[in-house]
Amino acid sequence: MDEQMEAVLRAEQVSVSYSGSTAVKNVYLNIPRNRVVAFIGPSGCGKSTILRCFNRMNDLVAGAKMDGRITFNDVDIYDSSVDPVDLRRQVVMVFQKPNPFPKSIYENIAFGARINGYQGDMDELVERSLQQAAIWDEVKDKLKDSGLALSGGQQQRLCIARAIAIQPEVILMDEPCSALDPISTLRVEELIKKLIENYTIVIVTHNMQQASRVSDYTAFFNAKATETGGKMGYLVEYDRTENIFHNPQQQATQEYVSGRFG
Amino acid sequence: MANLASDPSRSPLGGGSKGRFKSELSKRYRIDSLFSAAAWTAVTLLVLVLALLIGDVLVDGAARLSWDFLTSFPSRKAEEAGLLSALVGTIWVMVIVAVVSFPLGVGAGIYLEEFAEDSWFARAIEININNLAGVPSIIYGLLGLQVFVRWMEPITGGRSILSGALTLALLILPVVIVATRESLRAVPDSLRQAGFALGATRWQVVCNQVLPLALPGILTGTILALSRAIGETAPLITIGALTFISFLPEDLQSPFTVLPIQVFNWISRPQEAFHTNSAAGIIVLLGVLLLMNSSAVLLRNYLQKRH
Amino acid sequence: MSVLPVNDTSLWKPTRLLNRRVELAVKLIFGLFALVSVATTIGIIATLIFETFEFFREVSMVSFLTDSKWTPLFSSAQFGIFVLVSATVMLSGIAISVALPLGLLSAICLSEYASPKLRSILKPLLEVLAGIPSVVFGYFALLLVTPFLQSITPGLEGFNALSAGVVLGVSITPLVASLSEDAISAVPQSLRDGAYALGATKRETIISVVLPAALSGIVSSVILAVSRAIGETMIVTLAAGQHPRLGLNPFVPVMAMTAFIVQASLGDTPAGSLAYKTIYAVGMSLFVLTLILNIFSFWFVRRFREKYE
Repeated sequence: MDEQMEAVLRAEQVSVSYSGSTAVKNVYLNIPRNRVVAFIGPSGCGKSTILRCFNRMNDLVAGAKMDGRITFNDVDIYDSSVDPVDLRRQVVMVFQKPNPFPKSIYENIAFGARINGYQGDMDELVERSLQQAAIWDEVKDKLKDSGLALSGGQQQRLCIARAIAIQPEVILMDEPCSALDPISTLRVEELIKKLIENYTIVIVTHNMQQASRVSDYTAFFNAKATETGGKMGYLVEYDRTENIFHNPQQQATQEYVSGRFG
Repeated sequence: MANLASDPSRSPLGGGSKGRFKSELSKRYRIDSLFSAAAWTAVTLLVLVLALLIGDVLVDGAARLSWDFLTSFPSRKAEEAGLLSALVGTIWVMVIVAVVSFPLGVGAGIYLEEFAEDSWFARAIEININNLAGVPSIIYGLLGLQVFVRWMEPITGGRSILSGALTLALLILPVVIVATRESLRAVPDSLRQAGFALGATRWQVVCNQVLPLALPGILTGTILALSRAIGETAPLITIGALTFISFLPEDLQSPFTVLPIQVFNWISRPQEAFHTNSAAGIIVLLGVLLLMNSSAVLLRNYLQKRH
Repeated sequence: MSVLPVNDTSLWKPTRLLNRRVELAVKLIFGLFALVSVATTIGIIATLIFETFEFFREVSMVSFLTDSKWTPLFSSAQFGIFVLVSATVMLSGIAISVALPLGLLSAICLSEYASPKLRSILKPLLEVLAGIPSVVFGYFALLLVTPFLQSITPGLEGFNALSAGVVLGVSITPLVASLSEDAISAVPQSLRDGAYALGATKRETIISVVLPAALSGIVSSVILAVSRAIGETMIVTLAAGQHPRLGLNPFVPVMAMTAFIVQASLGDTPAGSLAYKTIYAVGMSLFVLTLILNIFSFWFVRRFREKYE
């Protein structure tokens, strides 16, 4: 890895457990600024779990517990002085299933900006966010319509627009295309490549082609069975995406990216 | 949790007022805590009201409770008045309500859930049942007055136990039907498929496989519906249950009174001694309800363990 | 190893014909049982319409809707239904202004703030409150709440709409709370996550995202509670009084629609008399009022329900 690259997020020895059983163990990881990092791996390997640690969404899950250290711009985000609400405003998240609020398209965008005390012109912010999310042309005539009336792919781009409206530093994406058709997927991927000029993006994906298409770096997670019959995830390898796909250092990575399991 | 936004420059994330955003987190958290305080207050208030209600009745009426109170007829003298005819009337009415509404409700529930095809007829019945649940109970009293007391007087004997019980049975019928349908729906379909695959008829499948599993839910729902009927006052007043009865019912055509009506009568008298009687009557009424509800819970637990 | 004698027909005596007959009989009988509920509805509507029709042969519709007094049992009888409607509306209004904030906040507390363990204690307590017979609430209103309110409200009479309305509100609060809680719990977690991931606080998430998403359920619970309040009888009969009076003054005795039915039923009302028909005319008005609310609720839910996958 390029060591000189400035890391926005840094995970050190991170382990997460749910109600006492470990879900993912001992992860070290740096997320470089203005790059796309993809998390790949079989299901149950903890890639989404790690992602949800970066903006403390796991705080909302009863019984979830994190050990280790995660820093955002060199501040420990699990320090008692850090407020998760404040953090999530800068490290936003887009989810697997599009989840627009049951409000108008306009209100979907304005909501986050309003609660975070946006002082500028709201109409302009809504338009700019929708444009950045490459959905403006499709919705500009029906901003008053419900966000739920859009197609799945449009809903997901609306959710991305909603996220960038509050001008975060990092956008976490948890399998953002898994509920979308191929054409919508393509549009979201193009969007990701465009957004990278201003944002840092971490994307969890099941789709290895997607990882190779959009990401600069790829982290491969794997899972092993525990004595109690559960699964425990760990980070196998983390490198530039072309290395992971064409020159992996680990046998397991080699097997996974060539489609032999997972 | 430390507040970051009161002085954004001190925020470890430096995000208090980035660009044109003014997060004002401390102000938002103040409203948050006011909101959660309001929510907790509401729940606490409800629990306190419940405690106050029960406590007040106990304080007012506990001293009046005695064996004599349970075994005396009503009287013009508050000190000698008792609950006997109301208690016996309630038991009579409840037994008949159960005998009528249980088979009717369960049968109708089985028909709608297991036998009826998805036709306009089934849907009409479904909408009808939902609507019946929204009809005020006193309207059922008006129905009972006309149908059971007037038209069917030769059978029911007019303002009688039977008329009252049939009225209440109609009142709780939708509840029993809904409880039956929900319990039947909770039985996995694979069980029915398995029965059919062995050549059983639908009735054999329902009777042998489905009903035993659904029974705990059906019984619980029925008992809860019955306990609602026990507390009903308005429809029975409308069909003409009496408030002063100094004899025990002999048959289904006897005039009658029930616990809540006796209580109503005592409350509406001006003398304080009768108010004490009504408090004692309420304790008995709540006791009966408690008994029924806990037996419903116990029965459900027992039947669930057996399966 | 022996093979099962599959073709040995002597071992099987299927009773197919009998089975088919039983099946048919069961279906027929249970179908008839299901029809009882339809018959109930038809019976209610037919009875009400019939007697109300009889009523309007003696009393003109105009005076029913425009008289400013309700004195059906006097010799100079007047039949201004709005005298009773005004009392019912005022009582229900007071009730819902108690039950809506109390019930909705409780629902929010139960579904969003209380731990699962606490919730498993609190919910049965609310069910107990919901199961308390209305005559007990009537006792509470007349003998505890009214004296208390009289001590802080000068000029409050012994029977009044205020204390009856407040207690009526408490009695319908569990209904609002439990139905609203169902609606709030049905809002998918993904919506909450979406709001949290944008830096919303818990309250902002609840008010801006969860409540709007649960709106149709909450509104229908409130409408159902109002219609329950309108039809409630014992509390308003015992605590609000028996004094027909047009107007919305909560400090004096009034007579609700249901209270009139009780009052008239307790007296002597032979079938065919005007008093008997009057009961049904009031019952019809009550039925129409609750029916309108139910239809509105049905329409509202269909119009505004959000569909989530």
